Amino acid sequence: MTDASAARSKPASPLRDIWSQFRSHKGAVFGLCVLGFLIVAVLIGPWLWVPEKLTVAQAIKLKNQGPSFRFPLGTDQLGRDMLGRMLLAGRISLAVGMVAMTIAIVFGTLIGILAGYFRRLDGPLMRLADMFLALPLIPLLLVMVMLFRDRIASLIGPELGAFTLIVCAIGITSWMATSRIVRGEVLTLKEREYVIAARSIGVRPKRIILRHILPNVVSPVMVAATLGVADAIITESVLSFLGLGFPPDFPTWGRLLYDGLQYMQVYPERVVWPGLAISLTVLSVNYIGDGLRDALDPRIRGR
Amino acid sequence: MLDASPLPLVRVRDLKMHFPIYAGLLRRRAGEVKAVDGVSFDIMPGETLGLVGESGCGKSTVGRALLRLYTPTAGSVVIDGEDVATLSPEALRKKRPTMQMVFQDPQASLNPRMTLAAIISEPLDEHTDWSGERKLDRVHELMDQVGLNRAFANRYPHEFSGGQRQRIGIARALALNPKFIVCDEPIAALDVSIQAQVVNLLEDLQERLGLTYLFISHDLSMVRHIADRVAVMYLGQIAELSPRDDLYARPLHPYAQALLSAVPEPDPVREATRKRIILTGDVPSPANPPAGCNFCTRCPKVFDRCRVEEPRLAEVEAGRFVACHLYGDTNKTAG
Repeated sequence: MTDASAARSKPASPLRDIWSQFRSHKGAVFGLCVLGFLIVAVLIGPWLWVPEKLTVAQAIKLKNQGPSFRFPLGTDQLGRDMLGRMLLAGRISLAVGMVAMTIAIVFGTLIGILAGYFRRLDGPLMRLADMFLALPLIPLLLVMVMLFRDRIASLIGPELGAFTLIVCAIGITSWMATSRIVRGEVLTLKEREYVIAARSIGVRPKRIILRHILPNVVSPVMVAATLGVADAIITESVLSFLGLGFPPDFPTWGRLLYDGLQYMQVYPERVVWPGLAISLTVLSVNYIGDGLRDALDPRIRGR
Repeated sequence: MLDASPLPLVRVRDLKMHFPIYAGLLRRRAGEVKAVDGVSFDIMPGETLGLVGESGCGKSTVGRALLRLYTPTAGSVVIDGEDVATLSPEALRKKRPTMQMVFQDPQASLNPRMTLAAIISEPLDEHTDWSGERKLDRVHELMDQVGLNRAFANRYPHEFSGGQRQRIGIARALALNPKFIVCDEPIAALDVSIQAQVVNLLEDLQERLGLTYLFISHDLSMVRHIADRVAVMYLGQIAELSPRDDLYARPLHPYAQALLSAVPEPDPVREATRKRIILTGDVPSPANPPAGCNFCTRCPKVFDRCRVEEPRLAEVEAGRFVACHLYGDTNKTAG
């Protein structure tokens, strides 16, 4: 029977549905292209664009140059090629932004769901979140970095050590907003009839959370996540600025921005380039999050 | 099972469901809402018990407490030989397939992010270790039973009309071959034309699968159509529990009389002579019910004893249980 055989067909791959909806969101496609371009640029850029080795005397002569064919983005106050530094800096900044955001989102969502779903955990977990919110962030980060930097550096090397430490520090100090949003959402979802229906079927709490609650808190989490990337990049630059992040000669976008600030009135392009890179990253992540949220919702997907 | 006097499938005794109220700065327990306050009834296998009453009288709470979606404050709910109110979580999970629920709002009771096949097979995922193929067969069988096209299996709930969604909800409830289904106002959110379809489907399924229903509704004419016996609830208690025909022909409890006088009559001649009993006042708060009979503040036939002594549900005629002092003399011996 043709009718029955048609019905037998497996569901059209949900991934393909999601992808086709995602593609119809112009902003999301634009964001994906820009972010993809940035990632590719910072990954293979430093091999394609190798700044020429200059002696100290040459470098001092060539400091504060404007854009030219030799230095497409000019040179900084020490005669270093800005393009080369931007590309290297991007690797760190993008990695810090993404990883720290992922840690914060995973942690925040986990705590939010536990607090929202299990009544007994609600009080303790939310007071914990309040406590973290009340802590002054910068002093806390300072203490963490002071205490652990050398120990971690001796274990896995100074650069990777600094990266791990910064990412963890930013991650565990920025999950609170997400967890609050998620908790609120879970509290309303928990009383929805389809969750009650699942309970009446005898579905175990773990499955209810994974199947009915988690997919339905995706949208607020997406919004929090996209904003989190920007926050993480900026916080990293603050830390580096305070001398607690990466070593001073180690470029990140935030660091370039701060270095450029002193010369902003004379050489504004020095602030513009890293600023533009951070803004583009944030903007594209934002649009990708937007598109992803729509693509994951079957009610919107149909349209 | 004995044919002469079959055991009731569901036996509810003195079910109480109180929700605490917390108030003040320290969130102290300031009192409780007595949503259900001492309800007892039996449902025979294959029977449909209608549960009617106005909004907020505790109908839905009874339904949910029966399936232990709320843990009852007191009382026992024996379903098919086991007291659901006190089962351990794991035993309760094993018991779940026997008793299922059809919800009021078919829009809200289906997860918008799951396909129809995933929704209907969820009970199977949870309680069987069948292969995907076998589950899909069962899903298709269920869809046939409730009159849904098999080709819809991969669609999402928002693509369906209200009546179709309610069919999905019914298919999900049927997936594990339950004996007892609580229908919590299954037709209240539907169009009138669709209501009849869904009710007929429920009756059909009852006939074919030997189901037992607790049919919660505020639509008295629909209850008249589907129920064998009807319980009228007021403020957390059962006012009257009677066979359908007796109740609709001659309600005994003053509240049941008032409630049934509100049902419009399709025959215009009889409609013209229909006398409505208009109750005055509002329903008292279930957090602070009146002393004596719950209905004494609004009852047209109230007398002194009503304000002092709480009437008990007692059999006043064959098969008719009423909680009212008006019939007190006849049941002196009974209670």
